Amino acid sequence: MTRILVDGVEVDVPAEYTLLQACEEAGAEVPRFCFHERLSIAGNCRMCLVEVKGGPPKPQASCAVAVKDLRPGPDGAPPEVFTKTPMVKKAREGVMEFLLVNHPLDCPICDQGGECDLQDQALAFGGDSSRYAENKRAVEDKYIGPLVKTAMTRCIHCTRCVRFTAEIAGTSDMGAVGRGEDMEITTYLQTAMTSELQGNVTDLCPVGALLPKPQNFRARPWEYQKTETIDVQDALGSAIRVDARGREVIRILPRLNEAVNEEWISDKTRQVVDGLKAQRLDRPYIRENGRLRPASWQEALAAVAAKTKATKAEKIGALVGDLAALEEIFALKLLVEGLGSANLDARQDGTKLDPRFGRASYLFNATIAGVDEADSLLIVGSNPRKEAPVLNARIRKRWLKGHFPISVIGEQADLTYDYDYLGAGPDALARFVESAPTGSAKRLVLIGQGALARPDGRAILALAAQAAKKHGGLSDAWNGFSVLHTAASRVGALDLGFTPGQGGLDAADIAKAGALDLVFNLGADEIAIEPGAFVVYIGTHGDKGAHRADVILPGAAYTEKFGLYVNTEGRVQEALRATFPPGDAREDWAILRALSGALGAPLPFDSQKQLRAKLGEAHPHLLRLDQIGSASAADLEAVALQPATAWKDDFAPAITDFYLTNPIARASATMAECSALALDRLKQAAE
Amino acid sequence: MSVRRLAEEQPASFEFTPENKAWLEAQIAKYPDGRQASMVVPALWQAQKQNDYWLPQKAIEKVADTLGMPYIRVLEIATFYTMFNLEPVGKFYVQLCGTTPCMLRGSDELIAVLERRVGPQRHVSADGLFSWLEVECLGACCNAPMVQINDDYYEDLTAENFEKLLDDLAAGRPVKIGSQTGRVSSEPEGALTSLTSFYGDGAKAQAE
Repeated sequence: MTRILVDGVEVDVPAEYTLLQACEEAGAEVPRFCFHERLSIAGNCRMCLVEVKGGPPKPQASCAVAVKDLRPGPDGAPPEVFTKTPMVKKAREGVMEFLLVNHPLDCPICDQGGECDLQDQALAFGGDSSRYAENKRAVEDKYIGPLVKTAMTRCIHCTRCVRFTAEIAGTSDMGAVGRGEDMEITTYLQTAMTSELQGNVTDLCPVGALLPKPQNFRARPWEYQKTETIDVQDALGSAIRVDARGREVIRILPRLNEAVNEEWISDKTRQVVDGLKAQRLDRPYIRENGRLRPASWQEALAAVAAKTKATKAEKIGALVGDLAALEEIFALKLLVEGLGSANLDARQDGTKLDPRFGRASYLFNATIAGVDEADSLLIVGSNPRKEAPVLNARIRKRWLKGHFPISVIGEQADLTYDYDYLGAGPDALARFVESAPTGSAKRLVLIGQGALARPDGRAILALAAQAAKKHGGLSDAWNGFSVLHTAASRVGALDLGFTPGQGGLDAADIAKAGALDLVFNLGADEIAIEPGAFVVYIGTHGDKGAHRADVILPGAAYTEKFGLYVNTEGRVQEALRATFPPGDAREDWAILRALSGALGAPLPFDSQKQLRAKLGEAHPHLLRLDQIGSASAADLEAVALQPATAWKDDFAPAITDFYLTNPIARASATMAECSALALDRLKQAAE
Repeated sequence: MSVRRLAEEQPASFEFTPENKAWLEAQIAKYPDGRQASMVVPALWQAQKQNDYWLPQKAIEKVADTLGMPYIRVLEIATFYTMFNLEPVGKFYVQLCGTTPCMLRGSDELIAVLERRVGPQRHVSADGLFSWLEVECLGACCNAPMVQINDDYYEDLTAENFEKLLDDLAAGRPVKIGSQTGRVSSEPEGALTSLTSFYGDGAKAQAE
């Protein structure tokens, strides 16, 4: 630790801190454009100039000077930094004046207006008027993809976007061509960016040069009603802020959560918003003579009740989809079990994870932040770039730090980092288990649904547990056995035990023709229920599930209800309501409560508060927000001892199209455009 | 300087000649593993020399593939350095210095010659022999005005001897590199004006 005086305030900071960080530590505000905590230091905006004593006698870019670069005074007095002297003030005004020389005065028509760093800092640190009367520079706008609109005349060349795509996203999409006044930020020959995290450049851009294209001219930042909630597009549960105006969600931004998403979110998380408005189920429907007709809630519930009463308990089943919150899964479980059925399943993709093997067998035990600690990584049957792009950025971050050997078994995809490819199927995993240990003490074994969602998934789970146990993935201090889920609801459903009871059918059997007479489908759209059963669909979008339904009960999407979700680590988080469900749609738990009333056996709660109380009685850990809850590594020892004879088939990808994994995304025009682009790229690469 | 873009008409492909490929491989081997990107400027230069002194898009991509770099990183470099021509140039590519010393010594006359004979800047003459570009100081101010044609400097130019130089080049006659008035490198024009006598040991030696 090194002592340093900032405006006369003494602080003790690590020697490798930059002056900017030391100033912040001392509570002094330093303006900046190019500096960003998570990106490399560029030092090219010059906005963070400070005066130093113990260094060169000229204004210094505080982001690029380390505390240890300053000399102490002659009698050992700590070096001094000044952020409020006339020299600093004049330097900042000068830098700002130069930045504004070529920046257009188009704030009134710029979407960044109101949340623009340049606007704010010009006000706080700039001069009072312009002395520049000459022509301003004009730059052609670039096409860089369907998610980011450009207005390149506004660019101040901070290169944050360039560093983001090169360092965090790992795709090196963007660059600065030309030099001096002619420097332009662009992609290679104006092709679309290829990263699944490209939307983040719009947050990083300190001016209005890169803006989210789908939100073009939609609203001003002060008009939004902001709701801090969590995302359900993948199983990470990234922290997001939903910005709504009136009844409409306009945009989704990331929130800081170091434990999960740092400050990034994937493009699906960000731009799925238009899917919340399209294809919505806004009133109940009943199928009559093969056609769905609008109905009232009374009619629809009565139809379901009549069918339920006429059906034998063992002919009733229930499926839970990928986006359901704990409340409705819990309510559905109580309802169906109350009817006497054991045919429940939340694993529509057929994954062989099961709560009977213990909680540790289906969690990302290493935790997402634990990726930073791991010393090697084995990826089994997963493509984290598609299944959880934000986690993939974390893996890349760890890889960039060095000494992090990565091996992959399964799909040989471009993951944005180098890896050792061991093979495509279970025999490669078996070979790895048998291979000599490499001395890794904190191995992370990442198991994807591509390895588990197949008939021999249980054997592969056992093999993976053996791999973790034998190769440094399982010790007293470290549990590196990590299952990466693709569905936001999955861990919660497994925690609640929404799996077949004694003699019950699993998802694949429930969907089979003639297996059951009545199926309650809570938003399961990735599974085709074969003809025969009477299907009650509770969901949000007119997708696969609704097309197959005999009665549709319209539910609420994740931005329209209060709901608990458990992410792939086992972390319980709460989603909050940003807007109300459209039309007659209701919150899902309330639908199930009403349905139970119509059946004459009301569920034991009348409000969400009571529901949560019941939930807490049965599963206390599910009410502890932002905590992971216990998972015993001893369970994994037992899993490792299970028979592990897997088939020879290669692991198939769990996700074929990143942009279209759930009904909300499939309803989104933006996601469709991204998907088409990605498909085109794939075709071109194959040629 | 102005915005530099890739040429509109591009060849369909680019491949290094076997000699250049061998040269590249030998050079790349000099760099430590994972640091091959440091080779990018020499590699681009070699590609440009092979391709009549200009860099097509495919050459940029070829270099990127060879060195394991993203395309955009190589494009950044190719557009940054003006020594990389992104559009076709004449067989004799004249870079004319128009900075203050050359301008004071008459570079405007040379520009007039070029505009008359070749046409505007960044434009290849109909016979494919010449193109020209005004550049900033090339560091031969004491022999101003001067031009660089391909790899060589031609100095102490006037409208007349510049015309002759261009005629000779066009006709394929041998030309003299350096000063066109006969002086050796940057020695004074006419007689010596300083250092006319030896000093110290040199003076003694001269006396003996």
